[in-house]
Amino acid sequence: MARIAVLIAQRLGLGVLILFAVSLIIMFVVELLPGDTCQELMGQGATPQTLQACRAALGLDDPMHERYLSWLGGMLTGDMGISLANQRPIDELVIRRILNTFFLAGIAAAIAVPLSLMLGILAAMYRNSIFDRIVNVSTLTSISFPEFFVAYILIFIFAVELGMFPSVSNVHADMAFQERLYRSLLPALSLTLVITAHMMRMTRATIVNLMASPYIEMARLKGIRGMRIITYHALPNAFAPIINVITLNLAYLIVGVVVVEVVFVYPGLGQLLVDAVSNRDMPLVQAGALMFAAVYVLLNLFADIVSIISNPRLLHPR
Amino acid sequence: MKLLEQAPLSAKFGMAIIVVYVIAAVFAPILAPYPQRAIVGSQFEAISAAHWLGTDHLGRDMLSRLIYAARNTVGIAVAATALTFLFGCMLGFLAATIGGWGDQLLSRAADTILAIPTLIFALMLLTVFGTALPVLVLVIGFLESPKVFRIARSSAMNVVVMDFVEAARLRGEGVGWIMRRELLPNVMAPLVAEFGLRFCFVFLMISALSFLGLGIQPPLADWGAMVRETAQLISFGVPTPLIPAFAIALLTIAVNFVVDWFLYKQSGLKEERA
Amino acid sequence: MTATSPDDEKSVLLDIRGLVIEARSEDTWAPIVKGVDVTLHREEVLGLIGESGAGKSTIGLAALGFARDGCRISGGDISFDGIALRELSEGRMGRLRGARIAYVAQSAAASFNPARRIDDQVCETAVQHGIMSRPEARKRARRLYATLRLPDPDSFGRRFPHQVSGGQLQRAMVAMALVCGPDLIVFDEPTTALDVTTQIEVLAAIKDAIRAERAAALYITHDLAVVGQIADRIKVLLQGEEVEEGETEQILYHPKEDYTRKLVKVRSVSKPGHTDMSDTPAIEARHVTAAYGKGLKVLDDVSVSVAKGATTAIVGESGSGKSTLARAMTGLLPPLSGGCHLNGVELPPQLKHRSKDQLRRLQMIYQMPDVAVNPRQLIDEIIGRPLTFYFGTTGRKRRDRVAELLELVELSPDLAKRPPAALSGGQKQRICIARALAAEPDVVICDEVTSALDQVVADGVLKLLLRLQEEFQTSYVFITHDLATVRAIADDVAVMYLGQVVEHGAKDDILNNPQHDYTKKLLSSVPRMEMGWLDRVLAERAKGREAIS
Repeated sequence: MARIAVLIAQRLGLGVLILFAVSLIIMFVVELLPGDTCQELMGQGATPQTLQACRAALGLDDPMHERYLSWLGGMLTGDMGISLANQRPIDELVIRRILNTFFLAGIAAAIAVPLSLMLGILAAMYRNSIFDRIVNVSTLTSISFPEFFVAYILIFIFAVELGMFPSVSNVHADMAFQERLYRSLLPALSLTLVITAHMMRMTRATIVNLMASPYIEMARLKGIRGMRIITYHALPNAFAPIINVITLNLAYLIVGVVVVEVVFVYPGLGQLLVDAVSNRDMPLVQAGALMFAAVYVLLNLFADIVSIISNPRLLHPR
Repeated sequence: MKLLEQAPLSAKFGMAIIVVYVIAAVFAPILAPYPQRAIVGSQFEAISAAHWLGTDHLGRDMLSRLIYAARNTVGIAVAATALTFLFGCMLGFLAATIGGWGDQLLSRAADTILAIPTLIFALMLLTVFGTALPVLVLVIGFLESPKVFRIARSSAMNVVVMDFVEAARLRGEGVGWIMRRELLPNVMAPLVAEFGLRFCFVFLMISALSFLGLGIQPPLADWGAMVRETAQLISFGVPTPLIPAFAIALLTIAVNFVVDWFLYKQSGLKEERA
Repeated sequence: MTATSPDDEKSVLLDIRGLVIEARSEDTWAPIVKGVDVTLHREEVLGLIGESGAGKSTIGLAALGFARDGCRISGGDISFDGIALRELSEGRMGRLRGARIAYVAQSAAASFNPARRIDDQVCETAVQHGIMSRPEARKRARRLYATLRLPDPDSFGRRFPHQVSGGQLQRAMVAMALVCGPDLIVFDEPTTALDVTTQIEVLAAIKDAIRAERAAALYITHDLAVVGQIADRIKVLLQGEEVEEGETEQILYHPKEDYTRKLVKVRSVSKPGHTDMSDTPAIEARHVTAAYGKGLKVLDDVSVSVAKGATTAIVGESGSGKSTLARAMTGLLPPLSGGCHLNGVELPPQLKHRSKDQLRRLQMIYQMPDVAVNPRQLIDEIIGRPLTFYFGTTGRKRRDRVAELLELVELSPDLAKRPPAALSGGQKQRICIARALAAEPDVVICDEVTSALDQVVADGVLKLLLRLQEEFQTSYVFITHDLATVRAIADDVAVMYLGQVVEHGAKDDILNNPQHDYTKKLLSSVPRMEMGWLDRVLAERAKGREAIS
């Protein structure tokens, strides 16, 4: 067990290190931008005096490493600075938006994960059957669709032609859960369609790979059949790779969510980030990018740790 | 030729589509009825004999822009993918060949870049560096290359451990010779497949960026941007924005079908050798 | 054909007639088993022997009514105890497998599920088929562990597969096969992946267990000496067809067919060992100590020397450090202390510090010819590159020299423009020899160069190596685990065990009069091509143990 603890500690340490590196990159890249926050804030009407005062107030004259540390400290304590576009505290904006995004991604995952695992396992079990071929071609087609294509098709059919759902998903905090779910369903469905295909193909590949193992052949030659081969012999070994597939796709979801939020004008972090980008609101872009990166890194970390603790060689050392 | 005949329907379909796109891209000025930047009608004209697909929000011919976009979008995607491969493969082979600390350094750097979601990172970099075409190609080449690096490194690793590479090392051959003569010919197949897949990825990302307003900039025609420009039509029940979106999807499907067949062929060959 | 059994009163258990099995290649089916008959009586052991491609494993699986992916049973009848297996439904077939017909695979490490305890896997069939309750099955498993001489039989089964050694796991798989008391067990190369000293223990355990359980067995192997210890009758197969079948005694001592005679003879070459150590050794390792990273010492104060124009065999089992010694000599793994001398001159420990001439003088040939030549280069390029690299030979001169080298290794010069894929394993190994010769080396390190080859092919390669040594006075460092090969080619022998050289001297001295305990054990563990060898060795060892206690 000590070895597992050490390995997990190492992974966690590595995760912290990577987050640290990512924050450095995000900070550094923005430093390359000509001009600074104060020029952006004041625009054309800035005089050297007012600029000087502003820089002193925001601490922009401090050396880079000090500014980096205070920025990073702010990020960690929840004080993310002020948005340039509307002068509001960034943490206020980001927290509310990120919860909305989690809500949307959560619905998508809740539909996509069980669906794709089931289809993936079925396709693997009936390999090379008609079912498998249809699934192969249709998932290949569906991963080729850009997210906005899926989204607009759904809007065209369900919002415009059938009028079943709103084409704009303006959710807000004090909305009833059901209303919220109803309004988020169409964007969630777009995301589901995109990641289900990916997840299913990976699940299928994992299971096919596993079923070719000699110990599965041995089980057959021992007279073990049907579901028991899957549940008793294959699944315990499939656990880690399948968790890996799921987290990988949830990470992919984080990226896909940006486009879908824009299409449906859904008030999530992705929408906020895109707005910040078009307003050149750098502090907000930095905060948003760091949030996305953090979620992404944490998901991958989770997958790593699961694969460590589900490895029998590590669980039961010699 | 015989190989082509044996290809499954999906792969043949894919190849035919790719040929059509290439023709559209190469002969765009001949095929398109109007220039891509010309305003030739009023806003959002409906489908007519003069404008087969109607006009966009500025009154430009949709069909012409659709054809020109093949040139712009696909051209940029190919350029960005090529750059990605140049970076990724060179560093990947180098890491596999030299091993040790150099390998560690390159691999950890790749991990760090991969730790930031690509689209988010791209949004940030494009905000900072602007959206000129060379910048776009460079940024995407930079962000996608760690993925190619990983594939190139791991396929090269599989070859590096083989005895014929050791034999070359013992003979006293240099790193360059080993990379060029021993590694490269043996990793071509997986890398060709990866090129196809990576192209799809890059192509979809450029489209997404254009759709978000940070990719290929107007007045150049681009499918992602065309979707954004005409998006409002959808709520009036006009499917125009779906057309450029479909153009993106169709090419990606075609490439995916061909790559899928290629991969299937490859795995079949491997099984036989074993 | 009709095989007559010594005791006809025992009834026929397995009866295979005209078996045809096809394998898919591209879009067509090609036969890999071409009409083979197998008759096996109750409590009888039939050995199926043949080299790679003989179809012996495929026949073994067919006895369980099973064909691997990409294979199909397309003709013939398989009758087990009067039941026609080919007509059985999957469900009824499943109830037969494990319960009445059991299977033991070559690699236990791969055939055990890494996520389940050994007991759960051993008892699974008995419990699932409702033959025994779980406690009954456990009890039976414990008894079998004891029969198979596994350590600590009461708690052995509670471990996971990765927690026990390879030899133990192989015996656990035998227990798994025996648990339901099957009538027939198919053994598919069950000792091939093991070291010889482990092999003899597993072999003895299998033999006792078959006898105690009164089971019949199909014993599949490529090693005639092994099957000679355990089988009543032997069937020799070649490329999916039967060569001959007979009583074990007849096959071992009076084979009818040429092919069988070749198999029995093992090595047709032999070399009277001569040692002349007065001269400076061609290559010498002096007090070499080496480790991978900061890990355990893999080589511990190893000293080995090879005389000019002579062969020193480095003998040892897996993990003994013999391949690591080769890496230290070539400079791939610089030693922690000690060093290597070529013609009396010390070599720089690191590969990159060695001169081109030093590199040229020390060449290497590998175990797997398939991965030792670049599949994307033509033979011409493979053999020609050292010519250009070391001597600057190009153009016509290089082409002529390549043709000369090909003839030297007894291949047609026409092969020069072919890719390696067009060649067989033995031919590829000859290409590797030609590549080494192209450098005109003083010393060639041969790392298990014959162990991936079929016996008859390996024999030809050894013959070639001997001829070339006579012609060019090349020295060989010959790394091998196979003592028959040592007998055939070596002048001197160094025996390695756990990273140390335990004995080093003239071949005849060491093989005929070993001093070290490990050498004695190793030599006595090598299966001999004679009946009753196993029983004799075991009896001797038991006597030795008694004498000590």
